[in-house]
Amino acid sequence: MGTLMLTGTRTLWQAACIALAGAALIATAQAQETVKIGLILPMTGGQASTGKQIDNAVKLYIQQHGDTVAGKKIEIILKDDATLPDNTKRMAQELIVNDKVSIIAGFGITPAALAAAPLATQGKIPQVVMAAGTSIITERSPYIVRTSFTLAQSSTIIGDWAAKNGIKKVATLTSDYAPGNDALAAFKEHFIAGGGEIVEEVKTPLANPDFAPFLQRMKDSKPDAVFVFVPAGQGGSFMKQYAERGLDKSGIKVIGPGDVMDDDLLNGMGDAAIGAVTAHMYSAVHPSALNKEFVAAYKKAYSTRPGFMAVGGYDGIHLIYEALKKTGGKADGDSLIEAMKGMKWESPRGPISIDPETRDIVQNIYIRKVEKQDGELYNVEFATFEAIKDPGKTKK
Amino acid sequence: MTLLTILFDGVAYGMLLFVLACGLAVTLGLMNFVNLAHGAFAMAGGYVCAVLVNQSGWPFFAALPMAFVASALIGVVLERSLYRHLYTRPHLDQVLFSVGLVFMSVAAVDYIMGSSRVFITLPAALQGQFDLYGVGIGRYRLMIIVICGLLTAGLQLVLARTRFGSRLRAAVDDPRAASGLGINVPQVFALTFAFGCGLAGLGGALSAEILGLDPYFPLKFMIYFLIVVTVGGSSSITGPFLASLLLGIGDVAGKYYLPKLGPFVIYTIMIVILIWRPNGLFGRTATR
Repeated sequence: MGTLMLTGTRTLWQAACIALAGAALIATAQAQETVKIGLILPMTGGQASTGKQIDNAVKLYIQQHGDTVAGKKIEIILKDDATLPDNTKRMAQELIVNDKVSIIAGFGITPAALAAAPLATQGKIPQVVMAAGTSIITERSPYIVRTSFTLAQSSTIIGDWAAKNGIKKVATLTSDYAPGNDALAAFKEHFIAGGGEIVEEVKTPLANPDFAPFLQRMKDSKPDAVFVFVPAGQGGSFMKQYAERGLDKSGIKVIGPGDVMDDDLLNGMGDAAIGAVTAHMYSAVHPSALNKEFVAAYKKAYSTRPGFMAVGGYDGIHLIYEALKKTGGKADGDSLIEAMKGMKWESPRGPISIDPETRDIVQNIYIRKVEKQDGELYNVEFATFEAIKDPGKTKK
Repeated sequence: MTLLTILFDGVAYGMLLFVLACGLAVTLGLMNFVNLAHGAFAMAGGYVCAVLVNQSGWPFFAALPMAFVASALIGVVLERSLYRHLYTRPHLDQVLFSVGLVFMSVAAVDYIMGSSRVFITLPAALQGQFDLYGVGIGRYRLMIIVICGLLTAGLQLVLARTRFGSRLRAAVDDPRAASGLGINVPQVFALTFAFGCGLAGLGGALSAEILGLDPYFPLKFMIYFLIVVTVGGSSSITGPFLASLLLGIGDVAGKYYLPKLGPFVIYTIMIVILIWRPNGLFGRTATR
């Protein structure tokens, strides 16, 4: 009896094992036919415009290039994290475990990208960061690549440019949160090294209702220019009050990283914004054939112009497509990341590449001035700093 | 001279806070109803004004009264359909209900108008600053001071001198006796509530230029309204008015002279005043 029982149990076990292995085989066979990409973006809440632009750009790219690459069908699963990092983490987990995605992408803000980083490492899933801009992100997992920009890239360049172009005294006005402090530190270091002087430094609270007292302080310190970095929505309020207080007429220029003069917001700021000089990686009027085509297609599809967030998304999905082509459709994390490293291509923003060592983006930074063209405001590029790596890392 | 410019900016900011918050002082103080959704009515007024001016091409000064009317109408409808059922409920129910309303309004405006910040196109006459004996006077801020000053005076007159004012005060002090004397209490409350909402709407339209208008307006400024009402006390209009001025000037001056501590000044003022007078500057005593 005892032996019979034993053999009986063993046969059962064997049968179970075979069944399991079979199921696993079927699962892999199915997974090979489609490559799923989990896109986690803020589609609601304060950062919703970032999410919408990236989602639009990804859809546009797939529309233009088809949904099959290297014999694999691409399936995008869009999740809205409402800019809450806890949600991002939960969604990344669901996407990896339940939906079996091969790649996670998107990530509107730095904390969201950081929340998903350990999951990318554990699951060996490439994480394509399309928006968030703090230097440290790509260091948090060997599976992270970035197609947006880092804040230090634009902030150091505007510091270099200002010091070389007759701006001696600068007053700074930055929002008191991590990106604001990063931008300020990067700018200060390069501007002072170039021989400039900071005459006034003001940090405004993040939820700042009124810029009046801070602007009055700027005005009284009589600088050549004001360096400004405030969260996306506040740029318009800042520019309006800057003009209201007559700082433009006192000859005080506005300089800063280009986030503040996002194409998305520029027209809402009104003529007060004209003349502001910023450094950034993309402008909707970047003079290249590829960009003209991209802007025309985007406008036709969504009847609004693309901003730098849209380009981050467009290049992100392009990177995924090209990596899949290179691996011949192999969608495991290690092959994809290897394929992405060192990849070079022409983006609507200009020539860009992925740094093989840091997996961060290398790109041109342009100095632009806000001008009116055909009744609309644009950032018109007039100087280029070529192939800029993230200064946050080159320092080390 | 900078001191006077700062003072001027502070007064303008304070006046704005007052118009935004005085409706709340009325509902909270006179009707004893905790309406945290007050900012939603301000936002509604702001958006009505923005749509009329930017998209329909109305002149700014014609759109301002419409912001008042629209918010007041929304106020009447909501008062009759929702709020009146909650007058007799405990404060916790009222808070939960009105916070729910705030979130609904945020989501609705986000859906209809988008989440980015909206600006109202101003006539050229209101833009920029002029110099008065060395003091920089912002034209828009001057207009705010004039409009809000007139409103405050008018409000005080209506409450203290007119029949409606005395009816309202009677209805608040003892609703049963008031209705026994032939005062239509629900009607008085509805009108008062609508008027408070209208004022908030006007404040919302005026503040778009200075505070910025986006779907999160009711959440972002809820705390400021509450500070004004708690510091001012909710028994009269004078209290919140003085509190608004004090906070406006304190906030602007604090941010100018002590930029590092700036954001704390307004809260420090609130704490000090509440320790000194727990019921606010002009609070009711503990009898009620």
